Amino acid sequence: MQTVSLDNVIVSDKPEGLEGAGFFATSLEKVVGLARKNSIWPLPFATSCCGIEFMATMGAHYDLARFGSERLSFSPRQADLLMVMGTIAKKMGPVLRQVYEQMAEPRWVLSVGACACSGGIFDTYSVLQGIDRIIPVDVYVPGCPPRPEQIIEGIMNIQRLVESESLRRRNSPAYKAMLNNYGIE
Amino acid sequence: MESNKAELIEKIIDALKEKYEDQVLGIDSPYEFLTVSLKQEKIVEIIRYLYDHPDTRFRFLTTLCGIHYPDQNAIAVMYQLHNMVTNQRIRLKIFLPEDNPVTPTITPIFSGANWMERETYDFYGVVFQGHPNLKRILNVEEMIMFPMRKEFPLEDQVREDKSDKMFGR
Repeated sequence: MQTVSLDNVIVSDKPEGLEGAGFFATSLEKVVGLARKNSIWPLPFATSCCGIEFMATMGAHYDLARFGSERLSFSPRQADLLMVMGTIAKKMGPVLRQVYEQMAEPRWVLSVGACACSGGIFDTYSVLQGIDRIIPVDVYVPGCPPRPEQIIEGIMNIQRLVESESLRRRNSPAYKAMLNNYGIE
Repeated sequence: MESNKAELIEKIIDALKEKYEDQVLGIDSPYEFLTVSLKQEKIVEIIRYLYDHPDTRFRFLTTLCGIHYPDQNAIAVMYQLHNMVTNQRIRLKIFLPEDNPVTPTITPIFSGANWMERETYDFYGVVFQGHPNLKRILNVEEMIMFPMRKEFPLEDQVREDKSDKMFGR
């Protein structure tokens, strides 16, 4: 059995800053970004087969916990990331929208799979042709269904957005205008 | 066994013709499934009669649905009944005009017809008179079309990213 030593513990890279004997100075934005990035709580909104791939992503083999996202939040109020996985029927649209509206800022949306991104093969009267018709989406993961590696790639892209996002972005008029575009608030 | 079954079917047809000969439009047996086309007026009465008659006793409603025949300008309603004792099935079909598909409900006989009739209304626009709660069951309530009718295209019409050239619309 391997003994655990400090050498095995992987620590996030520290952000840019001034360093000296006994002190390290950087901007608050970078620290907050670092903390948020490595503790994203996802809300899985799984409606079909992409949800099964998500289960594999959460399982021991792919293990999303390595990215600080092992804690799923089944309440939208504590979630940071809405993961939409699967076909969204038009009847489900208002439900998804309500879940999004219940999430506290800052919130991100990951659209997993062809159906969530564009309606996929279901070009039919009953299926929403992409969730970006009702809520804003940050990262799209294509595939039918995408493999867990692709979902992880999507999460890592979300992490890049989270890390680099300005603390003032959610208060900006541009952001408010974007939400108004979707009829939110 | 085979002759037994033929006898059974004969009895059913006799029972039906005994009282409702004038209502029968045609009797057929596609894929060995006894199918009777009927006039629309007395359908509830006939289903009740087949329920009670000792030779038929069709006391289980397997399913009920609509069918659109655009070339005949008709919307059919199909009832599948089952006699659990003899394991005999029957299919009844009535034809309604496309522009005004109205027929009485059979919920007083089979409570299970409630959701089936709602579904038929939802997808074909068939109005079942006397139904306790005739509203859409599967589609969004704001929908203004009856999507299984042939005049409505299957594809979502709000899509911009699929051009006619690429997808043969």
